[in-house]
Amino acid sequence: MKLDPKVPTGPIEKRWSQHKFDMKLVNPANRRKYTVIIVGTGLAGSSAAASLAELGFNVESFSFHESPRRAHSIAAQGGINAAKNYVNDGDSVWRLFHDTVKGGDYRARESNVYRLAEVSGNIIDQCVAQGVPFAREYGGSLDTRSFGGAQLSRTFYARGQTGQQLLLGAYSALSRNIHNGGVTFHGRKEMVDLIVVDGRARGIVVRDLVTGELSTHLANAVILATGGYSNVFYLSTNALACNTSAIMKAWRKGAYLANPCYTQIHPTCIPVAGDYQSKLTLMSESLRNDGRVWVPKKKGDSRNPAQIPEEERDYYLERLYPSFGNLVPRDVASRRAKEICDKGLGVGKTGLSVYLDFADAINRNGEEWMAEKYGNLMDMYHEITDEDPYKQPMRIYPALHYTMGGLWVDYHLQSTIPGLFVAGEANFSDHGANRLGASALMQGLADGYFVLPYTVSDYLAGTKFEAVKADAPEVAGASKDAKAGIDKLMGVNGKTPADIFHRRLGHVMWEKVGMAREKKGLEEAIGEIKNIRKDFWKDLKVSGSPDDLNMEIERAARVADFIDLGELLATDALHREESCGGHFRVEHQTDEGETKRDDQNFAYAAAWQYSGEGQAPVLNKDELTFEYDIPSSRSYK
Amino acid sequence: MDFKLKVWRQKNRDDKGHFEDYTAKGISEAASVLEMLDVVNRELVAAGKDPIAFDHDCREGICGSCGLVINGGVHGPFEHNTTCELRMRRFSDGDTIVLEPFRARPFPIIKDLVVDRSAFDRIMQAGGYVTVKTGQAPEANGIAVPKKIADEAMDAAQCVGCGACAATCPNGSAMLFVAAKVSQLALLPQGKAERKERALAMVAQMDKEGFGSCSNTYACEAKCPKGVSVTHIARLNREYLRAGFGSK
Ligand SMILES: Cc1cc2nc3c(=O)[nH]c(=O)nc-3n(C[C@H](O)[C@H](O)[C@H](O)COP(=O)(O)OP(=O)(O)OC[C@H]3O[C@@H](n4cnc5c(N)ncnc54)[C@H](O)[C@@H]3O)c2cc1C
Ligand code: FES
Repeated sequence: MKLDPKVPTGPIEKRWSQHKFDMKLVNPANRRKYTVIIVGTGLAGSSAAASLAELGFNVESFSFHESPRRAHSIAAQGGINAAKNYVNDGDSVWRLFHDTVKGGDYRARESNVYRLAEVSGNIIDQCVAQGVPFAREYGGSLDTRSFGGAQLSRTFYARGQTGQQLLLGAYSALSRNIHNGGVTFHGRKEMVDLIVVDGRARGIVVRDLVTGELSTHLANAVILATGGYSNVFYLSTNALACNTSAIMKAWRKGAYLANPCYTQIHPTCIPVAGDYQSKLTLMSESLRNDGRVWVPKKKGDSRNPAQIPEEERDYYLERLYPSFGNLVPRDVASRRAKEICDKGLGVGKTGLSVYLDFADAINRNGEEWMAEKYGNLMDMYHEITDEDPYKQPMRIYPALHYTMGGLWVDYHLQSTIPGLFVAGEANFSDHGANRLGASALMQGLADGYFVLPYTVSDYLAGTKFEAVKADAPEVAGASKDAKAGIDKLMGVNGKTPADIFHRRLGHVMWEKVGMAREKKGLEEAIGEIKNIRKDFWKDLKVSGSPDDLNMEIERAARVADFIDLGELLATDALHREESCGGHFRVEHQTDEGETKRDDQNFAYAAAWQYSGEGQAPVLNKDELTFEYDIPSSRSYK
Repeated sequence: MDFKLKVWRQKNRDDKGHFEDYTAKGISEAASVLEMLDVVNRELVAAGKDPIAFDHDCREGICGSCGLVINGGVHGPFEHNTTCELRMRRFSDGDTIVLEPFRARPFPIIKDLVVDRSAFDRIMQAGGYVTVKTGQAPEANGIAVPKKIADEAMDAAQCVGCGACAATCPNGSAMLFVAAKVSQLALLPQGKAERKERALAMVAQMDKEGFGSCSNTYACEAKCPKGVSVTHIARLNREYLRAGFGSK
């Protein structure tokens, strides 16, 4: 299929406003007649649900969480970007656009990125109006800080809990619309299939996580805002329930999945300490504003870090990147940490960590200042590691954090299935091969508040809908398939819990499809994943009953989808014979160990098409053209 | 580390429920209580038994999903932490640990250690917001909010909605939860227009859900994972009185 990204023409700074004018509207009196299903209540889902309900559409909102406020967005720490230029340091829509395209290593669609930068300021306005308690200066105006990949201060924050405050803002708007009857919320309901009728997305099948009951829900359009798939690596900074199932169900129904191999590894996480661990904890990037990364110059230097004199320390980021220093983008900082540890210079018991040191900042400003800015992070670190970061440097190591890949969408955020829209981390747009810090919250809210209300209206206004009967073959069929899927999991009746397979998968992904990827390793990974799949379907054990709250069924179903996604991710990584952003192919690097892109052959988004159980997926190319930001080699020196 | 566990098992809302004994062996002292339960559950599943159901997600103290009564204490015997943040090094090797669900009348038990806290969502729906539609917002820096006020609002806004306040209160009151939201929005200029309606509507919904009334025992502040201060309850009371007088 020829992919049409539906990007408007004309000067980039006029495209979105012109396009908003060109799109069709639904007459207010008719809006109630349209139902929109929104799966997910993170920043993207909640903001979309509230905004569409305000326009008068009938919104059905679903989440496997008990409450909309539990979505993983709640855990975001550091901040949200916006081109407000409040500090007069030269920020502008153009500069945010440029930083994002460059930060993404020239693998994002320019028009989408420009629109994102363009609406970024409105997001802050909206959140402030909702009562989000952003950090303020003494005079009462909004405070900002710096994040990686930018040389200015454009990140708005609410202590170390920015995601929480933004989500609670969106949740409050959602709650108001539930109260007004515009939104019906269905909690503890997991989408287990997508219903496609006459080529259009017309509904979903959901499983009630308390009773196990399956039900079908019909609509005129479906929005997936189901988050990212970092947990395919088992250990990540994501919440434990984050999964890829909604994306994979849509994929099997015909939506293309783009750039699954663009995964982001965050440089500052609490290192792995043992195999009891169920997750890794992020230490926000904002700490790199005031922390300096270093390792001892001498291998095996086991002295207490405070005893190691300045001249015997290697502040390697400052040494290698004098102009960005500790604030280089995430992919660069992560790769350098791995390289240092691979050379045997890492610290801690396992040798798999580097220091993030706040001594200078604390000496300069005092502990109280530090506590005010980062108190919750410092406490969290202390509690988890039993080491006091006010007294000794933190030890950090990279961990899986975010996935830039996702379902392919056009400029309207519509997938290759008409009527299926995808928002937030679940789609592939905007961040290219590497996302800049504090830009995910921005994108989720941009999609939900400012893009989907227009593009979904346009779709509804421009489509003639036939009524779908509850017993139509596509509806009943999807429901039957869902039931068969659960029976299949229960029926294996082997000996091994799903979690063990997940762990095995994660191990392969991290070792061979992680920070440094190589042809041979990727081919091995694909073979190993196929074996894990075979063993899974031979030896899985799901105990308990399917007609009950059963965490094992939920987990097993998610692991089955992770296995399929893992294979696709490795396949994508193998096909992309270049390095860009978070995708680092060992074979393609500069003499200095930086990523080496191949713009000649790979300046496209790889959109993978499902072609049946056990069949190789088909590659479709969404060619990227750069009219405004001409690709250059990304330098942070 | 090894532990003996007594865990509350209850098939569903209507079941009477009972304690069952388990052992947890070879647990790392750096593991959290929930990671210990993961180990126990893996063994239960491998043996074909029904695993212990409990709510959890972020495992870093922010989503508010987890919540157990541990040895009689809400989120465990200590102060200002969530269940997922509680590490086994705080216990001694060989200890017996009793695990129960949060208990408050408006939080019915769904299964084992999982309770239904949707009452909190309904309280928020009754008025825990500022009425502003998408696209209506004025320029963000248009209204200055002094740092002190913004900080105080943030102190209140940190509530994770876990329900520990209600579960620990001898009266099963949700005052701290309601107060945190009312106070946050009453402090900020953006929330002032609706402060009266908000306080009345949220308190009315809280009563309707069956939460008890506050008798100032202040057990809630100590048990709140974020240490949300009871001074916000005082502010809620003022807001409520003010609203009551105004409406009569
Ligand atoms: C620890 C951490 C810190 C971060 N800090 C920052 C930061 O400072 N700045 C920044 O910009 N970004 C940050 N990020 C990234 C950012 O938080 C996420 O990318 C973003 O919040 C994702 O939002 P979302 O709405 O797309 O999805 P989510 O918030 O993940 O929500 C997904 C929703 O989908 C629902 N769902 C999923 N599948 C199903 C299904 N099958 N059926 C029913 N419901 C389903 C879930 O219940 C949930 O409601 C951070 C991420 C992490 C992990
Ligand atoms: S699991 Fe999220 S707060 Fe404990």
